[in-house]
Amino acid sequence: MDIEQTALPGIGLKHEFTTRCGRRIGIVSHRTGRRDLIIYDQSDPDRACEAVQLNDDEADALVELLGAPRIVQRLNALHREVEGLVSVQIPITAGSPYGGRTLGETRARTLTGASIVAVVRGDQVNASPGPEFRFDPGDVVVVVGSQDSTSAVADLLAQG
Amino acid sequence: MHGAILLIELGAIILGLGVLGALALRVGISPIPLYLVAGLAFGTGGVVPLATSEDFIKVGAEIGVILLLLTLGLEYNADELMTSLKSNARGGLVDLVLNAAPGAIIALLLGWGPVAAVAMAGVTYATSSGITAKVLSDLGWIGNRETPVVLSLLVFEDLTMAFYLPVLTAVLSGASLLSGAITVGIALAAVTVVLVIALRFGRYISAFISSPNSEVLLLKVVGLALLVAGIASELQVSAAVGAFLVGIAVSGEIAEGARELLMPLRDLFAAVFFVFFGLQTDPKAILPVAGLALLLAVISMFTKLLTGAYAARRAGIAKAGQARAGIAMIPRGEFNIVIAGLAVGAGAHPDLGPLAAAYVLILAAFGPLAARALQPLLARFTRTREAIPDPG
Repeated sequence: MDIEQTALPGIGLKHEFTTRCGRRIGIVSHRTGRRDLIIYDQSDPDRACEAVQLNDDEADALVELLGAPRIVQRLNALHREVEGLVSVQIPITAGSPYGGRTLGETRARTLTGASIVAVVRGDQVNASPGPEFRFDPGDVVVVVGSQDSTSAVADLLAQG
Repeated sequence: MHGAILLIELGAIILGLGVLGALALRVGISPIPLYLVAGLAFGTGGVVPLATSEDFIKVGAEIGVILLLLTLGLEYNADELMTSLKSNARGGLVDLVLNAAPGAIIALLLGWGPVAAVAMAGVTYATSSGITAKVLSDLGWIGNRETPVVLSLLVFEDLTMAFYLPVLTAVLSGASLLSGAITVGIALAAVTVVLVIALRFGRYISAFISSPNSEVLLLKVVGLALLVAGIASELQVSAAVGAFLVGIAVSGEIAEGARELLMPLRDLFAAVFFVFFGLQTDPKAILPVAGLALLLAVISMFTKLLTGAYAARRAGIAKAGQARAGIAMIPRGEFNIVIAGLAVGAGAHPDLGPLAAAYVLILAAFGPLAARALQPLLARFTRTREAIPDPG
């Protein structure tokens, strides 16, 4: 995939690329922080037929929607291949006894048989966290295992 | 008593401009032509000639020009200027030749002499980067692939102005050929030196101006711009160019912050400037040159269309995009009036001011409307021509 970068004097920068099904999309990054999501016209590939203005928060939200959950999507694809395997996302709530404690302390795998494969914190994904990984309230834990074992992890993280 | 009348007049004018601006916003055109009309109405031979506030407006207009150029300079940084210059030099030169020609030729045909020809060349050459930027943003064309071409042509024009304005000032001063050539030489050398300093050592100027306090920042930027503009004017380099160079020298985040702070101030004084130009022009003098202005407008509309299309084609843009690039370049506005204002101030041919006013009135109003009408037209055109079913 080739991402083309063009300077827009007085405005900012533009990045664009063509998707596999032949649609061209781009992002205009204004110096003011504004972002425009551009979708190019199919019949006139030079023209932006849609230009959606995004402020900082909206751009962040879009990044999160497109970026972070992809790991879950990949896991979903995985467990579709392996019968009986599910992946679930479990939030560390403010009331969880494991907020501020490490992954190792949960002994989740020993107790339930399910694996913690990733922790999503804000817009950051920590793939394959080690036993020393420390949970914060607000983290989302991605667990893979059977239906029963993953719900056991959910109980464990919620009540200890 | 005198002060009270001054305030009443100023208040009425500025309030009137506000109402006109709202009207322009409603119709979807640039307010500049309406400001000019307002100036015509208040000026010599107008409907309601002003009594006392003309002196104030004159100073306000000068500040308006300086702020216009300062904010324009702040928009660009050194890298952008250099890349645009390198990658689009050919398009920029075509733009210069094709669009300076109509004004210069008409001035020569009318027998106004070479000095007026230099001024009229500038009047037809410069696209209004302010109006064009607004058109691009209003119509959602910023993401379009021809837009970088249009923007770099505008950068090229603005940079050309940095050299053109001092030349014009020197030519207008009416010196003999030899001393005129010397003045032009000094002016160009000064601009080049300042430009190099601005590009190389801009960060020191930025560091000097930088302040976390917006009040201090505003005072420093405006003060520096006025000071440099004044010195430039003293050296016959044109005040406007001095302010433009200050704008280029200030870069980075400070430029962004300063621009935001200056915007309201610029809008106020720029409006005053357009009114002032209208004030100087007798509305009765416009009618005799109206036909000529229309002719000049139509010709230079086509030359701009050609320019935009040529530059866009070189960048590999298809037909529709070429048309958009051309039509986006049509609006004329602030620069053209600045140039005509300099010429009028130096006592050019009495018809030059009215001609330039009528010309800018036509193109500042028509340019954005034409751009707005283009896309539906193109859509109809492509629909009838390509009735092939979409494979996707």
